Amino acid sequence: MFNKSIDIRDVIINGLLAGLISLSLSVIGLIALLSEREIISGLFTTGHIFLVGAPFAMAYVTAGKVLSEEKSKALGYGLLIGVVASVFIVVLTTLATFFDIRRFLVNVTPVLIEFLTFGKSLLIGNILIVVMMGVIGLVGAGLRILPEQFKHPLTSGLGWTIILGMFSEILASRIRAFFGRGVHKLIFTGKAFNVVSATILLVLIVGFTYWNDLRKKDQPEKEEVNDQTDGTKKRLQRIKMGVFGVLLLIAPLLLGTYLTEVTNNVGLYILMGLGLNIVVGFAGLLDLGYVGFFAVGAYVMGVLTSEGALGLGFTFWTALPVAVLASTLAGVILGIPVLGMRGDYLAIVTMGFGEIIRILALSDLLKPYIGGAQGVLQIPKPELFGLTLLHPRHIYYIILVGVLIAVYVSWRLRDSRLGRQWMALREDEDVAEAMGINLVSTKLLAFGIGAFFGGLSGAIFASKLSSIFPHSFNLVVSINVLSLIIVGGLGSLPGVIVGALILVGLPELLREFAEHRMLMYGILLIVMMLSKPEGFIPSKVLQRELHAHEEPEPVSSD
Amino acid sequence: MLQRFQNISFLDIALWALAAIIITVVIWGTIATIIDNPYNPQFWAETIVFGISQGSLYALIAIGYTLVYGVLFMINFAHGEFFMTGIITATIFLAQPMKETGFLDNYPIISLLAIAAVSILVSMAIALLTERVAYRPLRKAPRLVPLITAIGASFFWQYFFRGLYGSEVKPFPPFEILKGKFTIAGVPILKTHAVVIVSAVIMLIGLYLFVMKTKVGKSIRAVAENKDVAALMGINVDRAITITFAMGSAMAGIAGVLYALVFRQTHFFMGFIPGIKAFTAAVLGGIGSVPGAALGGFLLGMFESIGPALFLEGLGIPAPHQLKDVIAFTMLVLVLILRPQGILGERLAEEKA
Repeated sequence: MFNKSIDIRDVIINGLLAGLISLSLSVIGLIALLSEREIISGLFTTGHIFLVGAPFAMAYVTAGKVLSEEKSKALGYGLLIGVVASVFIVVLTTLATFFDIRRFLVNVTPVLIEFLTFGKSLLIGNILIVVMMGVIGLVGAGLRILPEQFKHPLTSGLGWTIILGMFSEILASRIRAFFGRGVHKLIFTGKAFNVVSATILLVLIVGFTYWNDLRKKDQPEKEEVNDQTDGTKKRLQRIKMGVFGVLLLIAPLLLGTYLTEVTNNVGLYILMGLGLNIVVGFAGLLDLGYVGFFAVGAYVMGVLTSEGALGLGFTFWTALPVAVLASTLAGVILGIPVLGMRGDYLAIVTMGFGEIIRILALSDLLKPYIGGAQGVLQIPKPELFGLTLLHPRHIYYIILVGVLIAVYVSWRLRDSRLGRQWMALREDEDVAEAMGINLVSTKLLAFGIGAFFGGLSGAIFASKLSSIFPHSFNLVVSINVLSLIIVGGLGSLPGVIVGALILVGLPELLREFAEHRMLMYGILLIVMMLSKPEGFIPSKVLQRELHAHEEPEPVSSD
Repeated sequence: MLQRFQNISFLDIALWALAAIIITVVIWGTIATIIDNPYNPQFWAETIVFGISQGSLYALIAIGYTLVYGVLFMINFAHGEFFMTGIITATIFLAQPMKETGFLDNYPIISLLAIAAVSILVSMAIALLTERVAYRPLRKAPRLVPLITAIGASFFWQYFFRGLYGSEVKPFPPFEILKGKFTIAGVPILKTHAVVIVSAVIMLIGLYLFVMKTKVGKSIRAVAENKDVAALMGINVDRAITITFAMGSAMAGIAGVLYALVFRQTHFFMGFIPGIKAFTAAVLGGIGSVPGAALGGFLLGMFESIGPALFLEGLGIPAPHQLKDVIAFTMLVLVLILRPQGILGERLAEEKA
């Protein structure tokens, strides 16, 4: 059954699926948005990549299912997938030319149609799109059937060139800041690579990967030698850690104001992620109301320090412990009613709590104290030794310290007695209780410590933004945090950091994505759960847990 | 739930005390309002009718949660989105163009039926697609996994439809024949509310009969009882689950039309809060039970509608209607503390909750 080659019908269905994906991305407006981000100046944009991504991937996968001897068949299938997929786009552009479909689908704009027909007339544009998709299908299939020693360098070369190209705007501004206008002009045209520099980049990466693969193949023994000299390795690791630490310390100087601001946002999410990771990742309690603790921290900080009418005249440093304590307390108190609930019920009820906190913050009931819909204004920046920490790079260090504390605490807790109790709880509550684990204190500690970091993040957030509104604390924040720890890997500390970088950092750099962020999170959550529920950087224990239900692959009987 | 914490009676006491405090506050507020008597009977009658019509929407959506929970033991977080997708599509492609061409005013019944049909079909299509792609491969996965998938699906559909139709509120055209009100026993009832309540009750009874009396309904109940044994009895489990999703989302599609009739607008975010409320209703009535979901829906709608005026105002809370949503969530917590199996739930929620 596994070796059975696929027939033409499956190929057409795959092509239709790929086309449907391309069409969907077009009609929701993502392609048109991304078409403004050039990868190679004047040649192609991120929009093209997303337009042809699905047919390419589908052709790649389909070609892999063809018997390895039938090379021409694989290529033919790839071509077919591309052409079939392009039909959807052809239909879309034709319809849009003759009918006003924009009144139904707001994002089928003239910009999109112009992009899809390459600015040419409908007929020529349609021919071009069919040819392009066909070629892409061919390339996808062709890449799949290449021998391994060429496939790896080529895929990584193409991949990295495209990825670097997507970020070329940031790259360009940094290169200009460090090497000056001349170098910048040599590599970039406008904000994107020019054809020459992109080709050089591609060749360099392909060459390097090829050489690296060869080297690895030639010298497998040398790695083992390295392993034996334990001392050298340890020293090397220490040096690596040192370099990393120094980089962390001087990061704001290298990154510039904008990137530091982005890093700060990522940092706040890392803090929240580490907190939620304790609740969801360690203890297995799915908490969807986590934003509530973030809100409590932010509001306590805001009300205590505000220089406006609501304020109580605290400074940042005196208010910080109060804010963090308040949110910890909130975590424990809200934890009590849900002690007996599991899984789905817990998720919904905690989400209800999060919403209740937001609704209360918005309501007239508490308006005299916390400002209602107008929020809390004029929250002062923190001061240190008479110096007001105004600049993002000052806030960076506060967040860095917070994150380091959170990482240290999580790391020490994970393998502690408490951490193992949480793990037992996550695997089976009843068995854990039978083993003598006190469910009440274990759960409340998880909620409390989780809320602690949420509150810390909220408190810093309040003084960073200097004004807070109830709308900043809606459910979407909880979902963001949950998504990032799931993508990174539940229960895994590096996972939280990587997850935050991907899910919070990337959309800030690729601003076109920001509008479709929640859509991407939705897709990511589904795809991760279907294919890799343990996340990109999995925690070992959870990986085993999540795959325990899978039976060994059945042996084919035919 | 309580046996699990037998050795720590402090917790039981705390939970019961919490419940007692909430109930006392509610009763206190009610008495204060009754003594104060700020409203006339007319107001209460209208509020109650509004509550019932709101409740019938919750009931229709709650059916979907309860059916799916019955067969898969999972909260289909995306169910509120099924409710939204149908009616928002019907509004954009049918209701608004029909209003412009005058068809809607000339043939209101046909228009309404067409809108309902499109709404149901789209809701069903979205539900079946979600089930096939996102839920089916995860039937045997640990329970956290499908739940997270469902959350992902919910946000995916919300923002996919936001991308399709844009983020602004889409007005749903009013029906001339549904304007005005008529009076039953001295209580004036808006015609729209009457339509909502009557059609919801008909749908609910129809669904109940379908589940209890037909062969397909029997197969769904068998799958809910035990999938493996049902499969051994020759029931196609996949098919039964697909039908369950189809029925639930059809109800959601109808609820969408009724919602649009009452509130005259649709929006990509409109499914979320009603979805959560409907889940609360399903838990309130006893999850897994069809009559329970209906009862829970009506009760929740009533509480939400009369609650702010009845007891929140008595407590001296300014602008009490702002706290409407708090009532639903507090009810959910109370139910889970006091009677986790719900009002009509038979099976103990122990294994599921």
